[in-house]
Amino acid sequence: MAEYIITTEKGKWEVICGLEIHCQIISNSKMYSGASTVFGADPNEHVSFVDAGMPGMLPTLNKQCVHQAVKTGLGLNAKINKYSAFSRKNYFYADLPQGYQITQFQYPLVGEGKVTVDLSDGTTKEIGIERIHIEQDAGKSIHDLDPKRSFIDLNRAGVGLMEIVTKPDFRSPEEAGEFLKKLRSIVRYLGTCDGNMDEGSMRCDVNVSVRPYGSDELRTRCEMKNVNSVKFVMQAIENEAKRHIEVYESGGQIAQETRQFDPVTGQTKVMRKKEFAHDYRYFPEPDLLPLVLTDEYIDNVKKEMCELPDAKKARYIEQLGLTPYDAKVICENKEVADFFELAAQGRDAKKVANWLMGDFFAMLKEKHLELKESPISAEHLGKLVDLISKEVISGKIAKDVFVIMADTGKDPEQIVEEKGLKQVTDTGAIEAIIDSVIAGNPDNLAAYKGGKTNLLGWFVGQVIKQSQGKANPAIVNKLLKEKLDN
Amino acid sequence: MAVDKETVKRIAFLSRLKIEDDKIEATQAEFNKILQWIEQLNEVTTEGVEPLVSVNDGNITCREDIVTTGNHSKEILANAPQAAYGYFTVPKVIE
Amino acid sequence: MTELTKLTVSETLEGLKNKKFSAIEVTQSYIKSMEANRHLNAYVLETPEIALNQAKESDKRYADGTNKPLDGIPMGIKDLFCTKGIRTTACSHILDNFIPQYESTVTQNLLNAGISILGKLNMDEFAMGGSNETSFYGPAINPYKANNSDTDLVAGGSSGGSAAAVSADICAAATGTDTGGSIRQPSALCGVTGIKPTYGRCSRYGIIAFASSLDQAGPIAKSVKDCALLLNVMAGYDNKDSTSANISVPDFTQFIGKDIKGLKIGIPAEYRPDGLNAEISKLWDNGIAMLKARGAEIVNISLPHTKYALAAYYIIAPAEASSNLARYDGVRYGLRVEGNGLDEMYINTRSEGFGKEVKRRIMIGTYVLSAGYYDAYYLKAQKVRRLIRNDFIEAFKKCDMILTPTSPTPAFPIGDKSMQENPINMYLNDVFTVSVNLAGLPGMSIPMGFSEHGLPLGLQLIGQAFDESRIFQVAATLEQDANFRGK
Repeated sequence: MAEYIITTEKGKWEVICGLEIHCQIISNSKMYSGASTVFGADPNEHVSFVDAGMPGMLPTLNKQCVHQAVKTGLGLNAKINKYSAFSRKNYFYADLPQGYQITQFQYPLVGEGKVTVDLSDGTTKEIGIERIHIEQDAGKSIHDLDPKRSFIDLNRAGVGLMEIVTKPDFRSPEEAGEFLKKLRSIVRYLGTCDGNMDEGSMRCDVNVSVRPYGSDELRTRCEMKNVNSVKFVMQAIENEAKRHIEVYESGGQIAQETRQFDPVTGQTKVMRKKEFAHDYRYFPEPDLLPLVLTDEYIDNVKKEMCELPDAKKARYIEQLGLTPYDAKVICENKEVADFFELAAQGRDAKKVANWLMGDFFAMLKEKHLELKESPISAEHLGKLVDLISKEVISGKIAKDVFVIMADTGKDPEQIVEEKGLKQVTDTGAIEAIIDSVIAGNPDNLAAYKGGKTNLLGWFVGQVIKQSQGKANPAIVNKLLKEKLDN
Repeated sequence: MAVDKETVKRIAFLSRLKIEDDKIEATQAEFNKILQWIEQLNEVTTEGVEPLVSVNDGNITCREDIVTTGNHSKEILANAPQAAYGYFTVPKVIE
Repeated sequence: MTELTKLTVSETLEGLKNKKFSAIEVTQSYIKSMEANRHLNAYVLETPEIALNQAKESDKRYADGTNKPLDGIPMGIKDLFCTKGIRTTACSHILDNFIPQYESTVTQNLLNAGISILGKLNMDEFAMGGSNETSFYGPAINPYKANNSDTDLVAGGSSGGSAAAVSADICAAATGTDTGGSIRQPSALCGVTGIKPTYGRCSRYGIIAFASSLDQAGPIAKSVKDCALLLNVMAGYDNKDSTSANISVPDFTQFIGKDIKGLKIGIPAEYRPDGLNAEISKLWDNGIAMLKARGAEIVNISLPHTKYALAAYYIIAPAEASSNLARYDGVRYGLRVEGNGLDEMYINTRSEGFGKEVKRRIMIGTYVLSAGYYDAYYLKAQKVRRLIRNDFIEAFKKCDMILTPTSPTPAFPIGDKSMQENPINMYLNDVFTVSVNLAGLPGMSIPMGFSEHGLPLGLQLIGQAFDESRIFQVAATLEQDANFRGK
């Protein structure tokens, strides 16, 4: 793997980075209350008395949130802890109604795991997962509605979150970016989080430190909160690392602090310093008993697991003969993979992949369409490949048929029928064309006979042209050769 | 462990409570008296003792994932000292 | 009709069923009593119209025979229980004018059983106190006075208003909550009967939290049987409280009048420290003798970590309280004192809204959880809590139930200097009761006699987890033998 080394006039530096990703769990109701998780309601409508931190209200745990986190843990090849427990993290904030967040501290639901990321140079790297714990989301503060007041909406308060903590295994912005893409792909495959970073359903905190290249020291790290796109995460790592290096090289020290990434400038800046540092005073949540899972429960979740991108990719390469690149691209998004598998069912998958990766994606891009809006269905794309394989149409005609399919959404068989594009396999008809071509080109015939056998290709072209592309090239080849060699 | 004045101030801030300057000393003294009293626990040998978090023996029983409440912002806001347009309002938070 | 307020719950139910009087009449009697006894400051909110409306419904049900288990019983509700549409403040300034939009499970259970609500009862602010003196509304006053004295005495705490109201016949029965002795100690001081059930027996949903791992609701009433009738209704599994126990609730009244022959009663040596009040000591001996005479076997037991229970409690309870009370921040309900910016608003609100003892406990709780001190205090206390619980587990191998005094002293004057100056002296009032909360066990206080100055004294029965039944069984015999005659 190509190393990411920042070289300055004074030396070489290495980046150390870890990520903490908050993923909103897909569930109907909130983690600790029966209020809806649906986004976009009027303010404070999806709020229970529990979410609003009303006196005497108690949390009750949503089984689906546990299920989703276990599923995610299994998807990240992680150890599921049969015993886990809840803790309170205490701090005051306007959108944290209870004055504490119910989270997991000492005993997280999911332990260590690992994720393999594919890098641009064709190598892979394993990234360690430290833990996943479940906790509640906070509400939202809106600061721009009034010059003197902030507005508090608790609709999001209490929505389930999985906090995925990686080991400090990233050594380059690319590794972090690829990891996020992989993680997003996995949670989407599993249906445990919709993975939309721009909508905040997946939020990333980035921890960065640097050290002289080749050393194993651990230097002070800075945390950047809520960086909300893959691109920004990569930028934040790059720029924060540079900032550290500049500070160190000018003889300064890095202070452990929380910084904010500014998407406009790409730079980070320190968040307002608190009068006193946070002290979260974690302690066991007395309102919730420990969560104890059985082997049977975990096995049942395992049975529900779908094939994940890595396994799918391996299968596409090994069993379907796809190139690693095609397999990776198709597997990244479950919808694409599902489309592909439907189109490839019962036919030459590699040919389907070629169409998908080539003309099909180009068509979507050109028409600015999402996959689900595609005018060409998976079934139709498969049929088109069939028409070629069964020699009903040639590859060349298929390109024309594809354009018509993209414009009309019609079944390729219907198009071929209507436009009379069926390949001519009737040897008599083809022979007639061959005869006329040979007859019309005595010079080339003589040249061929004189030894310029590579003129065969020219003759084939002429015959196919005269057949308006419909003559089966294999038959044309065979018959022509017979006639020319006679 | 006796607390100093700075600790008293820090604890007061973490608790979001105000202690007037002329009360800090008295608070500190009282704090230390109570701490000294509870430190009698140090007489107890607790090596190898598992902390008791809950007297319940059981494990948690989970709730079904069903929406059972909502669309009652009026009740949620009924006791709010200040609200506007369906939101709670607080003095401006400067991030 | 004032004699109606002298009746127990079971006698009142009997009279209602036999149409000797109506629920309206009963309620009116209590409303009159409430008005006549305002000097006791037992109620912080009177709701006579609500009570009368509920009584009217009760009478309808008695008329058509659809009456419920507690139909027509006028009760006072400790101000810690959220009551839908009825102001609930935990007797704190910070919950000024808070009107819950929901009902606590326990009060809902009682309402479903047909009670009427006379009003909300005084208590120590957020249930933090042993004398009801920390209430924002001032102390409830004990209906008893020492012989030949006019000095107002405390009703005990934190459920002081509940105990005083039952004792003075200004409600037929009351709800209480008990975190470190808050049902049992005021019951003893006011000469009434109160039980703190096993942790998990009654749902905590809708009860304003003080220390979540210790809080438990229970009834305070005029007799053991009344407590059984009330607990029958108050108890039960509630899926809105994860710590509520999914264990069936027997009919506790069935155990009243049952023979106690052969039951083993444990007497813990550690509850008779040097310097124990001689009257209390004598009362205890009398109780032991009564049980012995009934054929119970008296067993000497040891609860070696008793001495440390208070210190452990005063770490765990404030720690949980510091977190539970973080929600009172002036944003969503209750008092708000404006300030420049959010933090200042929080600080102003909380500093003005909370009383001195509550602030003290929030600070202690914050400290024992803070970075660097957690292991030395909170974790240590939890380990000691385990040892205290283990003591009981060991003891219950030798006995079925434990008999101890409830409170180390009878009621003391309001404003007692030593307790006001040194909070630890106030904390010592819970010395016989806190272990029970730490271990999650049921405990009941039964009035057993009077001090030489004419003040009520109580004994405590401690049972095994979810064995309230046998507590009622033994308590009923003690009640009968002591023949305590209250006011």
